[in-house]
Amino acid sequence: MLAYRPAMADHDAPLKKTPLNAIEKELGGKMVDFGGWELPVQFSGILEEHEAVRTRAGIFDVSHMGEITVKGPGSIEFLQKMTCNDVAKLEDGRAQYNGLLYPNAGFVDDIIIYRNGPEDYFIVVNASNTEKDYEWMAGQAKGMDVEVRNVSADYAQLALQGPHAEKTLQPLTNANLPSIKYYRFAHGKVDGVPALISRTGYTGEDGFELYVSPEEGPRLMRKLIEAGVTPCGLGARDTLRLEAKMALYGNDIDQTTTPIEADLAWIVKLEKGPFTGREVLEREKNEGPRRKLVGFEMVDRGIARHGYPVVEGGKEIGVVTSGTHSPTLKKAIGLAYLPLDKSAQGSEFTVLIRGKETRARVVPTPFYKRAK
Amino acid sequence: MANTPEDNHYAKSHEYVHIEGDIGTIGISDYAQKELGDVVFVELPQVGAQLDATDELGSIESVKAVSELFSPVSGEVIEVNEALADKPELVNTDPYGDGWMVRVKLTTPDEVDALMNAEEYEEYVEKESAK
Repeated sequence: MLAYRPAMADHDAPLKKTPLNAIEKELGGKMVDFGGWELPVQFSGILEEHEAVRTRAGIFDVSHMGEITVKGPGSIEFLQKMTCNDVAKLEDGRAQYNGLLYPNAGFVDDIIIYRNGPEDYFIVVNASNTEKDYEWMAGQAKGMDVEVRNVSADYAQLALQGPHAEKTLQPLTNANLPSIKYYRFAHGKVDGVPALISRTGYTGEDGFELYVSPEEGPRLMRKLIEAGVTPCGLGARDTLRLEAKMALYGNDIDQTTTPIEADLAWIVKLEKGPFTGREVLEREKNEGPRRKLVGFEMVDRGIARHGYPVVEGGKEIGVVTSGTHSPTLKKAIGLAYLPLDKSAQGSEFTVLIRGKETRARVVPTPFYKRAK
Repeated sequence: MANTPEDNHYAKSHEYVHIEGDIGTIGISDYAQKELGDVVFVELPQVGAQLDATDELGSIESVKAVSELFSPVSGEVIEVNEALADKPELVNTDPYGDGWMVRVKLTTPDEVDALMNAEEYEEYVEKESAK
């Protein structure tokens, strides 16, 4: 009856470990196999960790995320070609959410691009996509005046999230945190060691993502926990990001879904000029996509989870991509792809939950928005 | 360590049954609730349902996953724990007490001999978690 696979259970290759693996075990983290990485799904419990991030502060190990650098005179031309958002809008010290796309406008990955300088970009990618992204980018960079490097092994990444994040971190850093606005970053020192400090996150709360050398990761995590921050696992990360309606690659988006279908039209900038996948996106913007990712609440009891079919008249017309019990709203929520003409807010639809027809309703998103 | 009361019988799928006369009270073990994490929804059968041993009894949703429940014994459902509709967390806080799930009137009382006793179950869990 246990759905999560315990870490190391009949796995062919040994699991990869982040620099924080030992401290996570010491803290009582329940370790699981997450796409080949041994990571904690929870420490004290998902509900408790979720609440800590919504009301105080939590710390997540996200060192499994990949980092790729793009440098050289051709950087901007290269990144504009590879992505759908307008990289030229970035200034030094700013970050941008973006889509790395195939020619069919499907996602290679969803990424964050940091601009250190006009010829110096730092890109954060999803853990399980790191190799694929690097190969794709390196291949596409041929003949351009740009150098693409996979530097994932050079960083431990910690996400400090929650309304208390700033006041907890400020005493530990020489950076002036109030001056680092949302989606901006600075290079500074945290607890005396060099760090990239970014006001970003995957929880819908205020917070920072900290990139430090792997050797410094454990000490920094310990320091933040001593300062009262709650260690959090993948379970709470998923409930938090879903309440904030942030897409999860492999669940809500992948190589078969476009940014327009995924309700991410705000990262599609057709006016920037040609880029990979543009033709498909232009058509979808003009004519509408054939399906759209919507947020839903369950009307009937039950939780519709990833992969459950949406049905009508005995036919499958859509699919649930994420679903959980929302700890903040205390109800079952989720995301699903529906045909465009059935995706209006308030529309009801039927999900098959283990063979049983169960009603759900399209609702506005995000499900949770923090008070400013 | 998980708590494993000695007056219960345990199934490999981590349900327990507590027998009093010809009535069996079914729930999930302390080990199982710990593995599942925070329980948010329990779906149970109707009173009057006839179950055979290993039949699906219902399902249990924790925040992170759904799991099926299987009946460790055969019998007729005579009572379901209505309190779980509003307080599913009782499965976490008191799995052998207020977190019970269904009561059945046993049709084949000998079936419990095929289940594990507390000591056997603890050994089984130890092996499972070492895998």
